[in-house]
Amino acid sequence: MFILVVGGGKVGYYLAKELIENGHEVVIMEKDHSRADQITDELGSIVISADGCEGTSLGKAGCARADIVAAVTGDDEDNLVICQMAKHHFDVPRTIARVNNPKNEELFHHLGVDELASPTRMILGTIEQDIPVQELLHLATLGEGRLELIEAHLQADSPAVGRTPSQLAMPEGCALFGIIRDGVAVPLTPDMALRESDKVIAIGNKACERALHLLLIGATGTDGVAGA
Amino acid sequence: MKIVIVGCGRVGAALAESYDAAGHQVVILDISTRAFGRLASTFRGSAVRGDGTDEDTLRRVGAEDADVFLSLTEGDNRNVMAAQVAAEGLGAKRVIAKINDPVRAAAYAELGLTTLCRTTLVADAVSAHLGLPVSGQSGIRASSGSRAGHGRELHQMYHGGSGETNGETGASAGDTTSREA
Repeated sequence: MFILVVGGGKVGYYLAKELIENGHEVVIMEKDHSRADQITDELGSIVISADGCEGTSLGKAGCARADIVAAVTGDDEDNLVICQMAKHHFDVPRTIARVNNPKNEELFHHLGVDELASPTRMILGTIEQDIPVQELLHLATLGEGRLELIEAHLQADSPAVGRTPSQLAMPEGCALFGIIRDGVAVPLTPDMALRESDKVIAIGNKACERALHLLLIGATGTDGVAGA
Repeated sequence: MKIVIVGCGRVGAALAESYDAAGHQVVILDISTRAFGRLASTFRGSAVRGDGTDEDTLRRVGAEDADVFLSLTEGDNRNVMAAQVAAEGLGAKRVIAKINDPVRAAAYAELGLTTLCRTTLVADAVSAHLGLPVSGQSGIRASSGSRAGHGRELHQMYHGGSGETNGETGASAGDTTSREA
């Protein structure tokens, strides 16, 4: 595949390096000339020293035939414009933006960016996983932002403990598909009873989050539905 | 009218002062308080320090019910993003974004923003003054389409999608900017 990476910072550099190792055709756009020279020295002449927000520069970099454009500069507004130009001006099938402010995620999706990568949200998720809380953890966002990958850590007082998936009235549009028991991933079968301290992995839309919470965590969490 | 201006540069400050003097309710935003030094001491509107691309900040200054929203910072992309947050996320009525790159200005006019291109404006002013041919393109371009077509959907998402008034402003968020400008 031909992938156009805009932004030659640490993220863009390592991304391009990995993609090249995986056999893809890659072009990096970096507007800082000395940084562009530096990457050229290390990765070869795959760098175009130009501003990826400029329509003409994107054209010169081959944006029109790119399969994927990944906008990974440090500025959300630049990444938004790069993806919108790629999408609407060059008809690129798949655009990916790095988003620093998690609040921009929904906006970017609705302005036409296909996929988002949010380092802030990922680190936040990691921190939350380390804190024992009686609520649902958001592991990832899927399906263009409409679906959540959720983990529920079952406590002794969870209504789901001792019951099997077939006994649980799952909300529509939501599926349990596995558990982590004693650190081992186990596929969930309909007649397998859930135990205390199981971590149940579910996928569902945002609307069924509250129902999932009631089902797996119970109504009497420490502070109610903080996660919902 | 309620007028929100992002970017207190020369143009932003001059417009803020003149609209304020004309009796409008003006809020001007800038990331640097030093920029507010450009405002005359007679300015009675609000000068707020904050990031104009941040939705929370824009809500705080009341961009949701702004009649006019002008995005006039030095960064084209910041202006594009601020304008889109205001128009599509918050439902500000008439939104203009300054985009100095003519290619981007044209592209975003096509996507449903009203754009102001200083490059074209100045170049044409110079040529006109010299009696030489001008570019033939307008320095202010009304939105020429809404290929984005997501204004309504996004607006409803932000506002719960209920009630007639929401639907009304949502539907017009992208469109009125074009026709009225």
